[in-house]
Amino acid sequence: MIMLEGVTKQYGTRKSLQDISYTFEKGKVYGILGPNGSGKSTMMKMIAGLVYPTGGKILVEGKPVSRKIAASLAFLSTEGMLYQNFKVEQMIHFFATQYPDFQREKAEELLAFMELDRRQKVSRLSKGQQGRLKLLLVLSRNTDILLLDEPFIGLDPMVRDMIVKGLVSFIDFGRQTVIITTHEINEIEPVLEEALLLDNGRITAFCNVEEVREKDGLSVLEWLKTNVKKEAVL
Amino acid sequence: MSAEFKTSKPIYSQIADRIIQQFVRGELHPGEKLPSVREMAIQSGVNPNTIQRTYGELERLGVVETKRGQGTFMTEQNEMKLKLRHDIQKEMIEAFIESMRSIGLNDHEIYESVNQSLKRSDHES
Repeated sequence: MIMLEGVTKQYGTRKSLQDISYTFEKGKVYGILGPNGSGKSTMMKMIAGLVYPTGGKILVEGKPVSRKIAASLAFLSTEGMLYQNFKVEQMIHFFATQYPDFQREKAEELLAFMELDRRQKVSRLSKGQQGRLKLLLVLSRNTDILLLDEPFIGLDPMVRDMIVKGLVSFIDFGRQTVIITTHEINEIEPVLEEALLLDNGRITAFCNVEEVREKDGLSVLEWLKTNVKKEAVL
Repeated sequence: MSAEFKTSKPIYSQIADRIIQQFVRGELHPGEKLPSVREMAIQSGVNPNTIQRTYGELERLGVVETKRGQGTFMTEQNEMKLKLRHDIQKEMIEAFIESMRSIGLNDHEIYESVNQSLKRSDHES
C-alpha cells in the first residue's frame, strides 16, 4: 500500500503538487492521467524516493519513503535509464548486478517477447526498441511496486500494442502494485483498474475504470474530457 | 487493442458477449475448454481481473462451468445454446425494429421491406 498524505512539492515559488492525499492499494493497476506539467512525473519520482516532499508524507507499507526504496521498487523513468555505450546484454547484466531481485530467466523470456537483439548497442536501437528494453529491465525485477512513467512516449501504435501485451503477460497481477502515467489512454485503458486525473498539481478526479463504463457509459478518455478542459488533454 | 472495445459498455461484459456469440455460431463447442484467465487476458490485451469477471458472469448465466483445478468449460447443455441464440435473435430484431421506426417506417412498411429483401436474397442463392 502506498499512502500519500497532504503531499506538497514546491520548486522555488512554483507548486508542482498541492496537498495530495491518495492511497494506492496493493495489487491494483493505476493510471495517472493529465496534461503536461500537471505533476505526474513529480508524483512518480516522489514515490520512487528520488524527490522529497516539501510538505506532507508518503508511506509505503507504513514506512516513510527514502532512497532505500529503490531496492524494492522498479521504476521506468523517461530519462537516464539506459547507457548508450552498452550492448543490450550488458544493460541486462548491469541491472542483474544492481538488483538482487532481478530474474535472469524472465529477462530471457522478455528478450524474445520484445524481439530485441542482445548484441546490439543501445545507441543503435530505435526509439521503440529502447522503450521495449526499458520495459524489459523493470519487468524482469521481482518487486511489489512497479512505476512506469510515460512508457509509450514517442512510440508508434504497433510498439504500444506490443508493450500493452508485454504488461499483461509479465505483470504479476494481484501482487504487484502498478502505477502508469500516460497520455496514450486508449491503449492502456483495458489494463487499468483505477484512473486518477492530475491537473495543476492536484487530483481533480478519480474513478474505477469498469464502473465508469457501467454506470456512466463512458470510456476513460471520455470521462477525462468531462473532467478537464479539452484543449488541456489533447 | 482497445479499438476492439466499445466505449459504452464494461469490457468484461463485451468479452462475455463475444464468447456467447462464438458459442452460438458454433465456433466454440459444448464442453470445450476456454483459455485460462491469464491466456485470455493476454489474447485480449486486458487486465486478468476483467477476464475473471467475464468468466464469473458467464458462470452465473450458466454458459460456462468451472471445474476445480481443471479450468473453465463451455456448458454441455444443449438447451443453453438454443436459449442464447433466442436471446441474441430477440436483441437483434428489437434493435432493427427500433432503428427502422426511428427513420420513420411504420410496421407494415418494415414487414414489407423485410419480406422483399428475403425474397431477393432467396433468388440470389
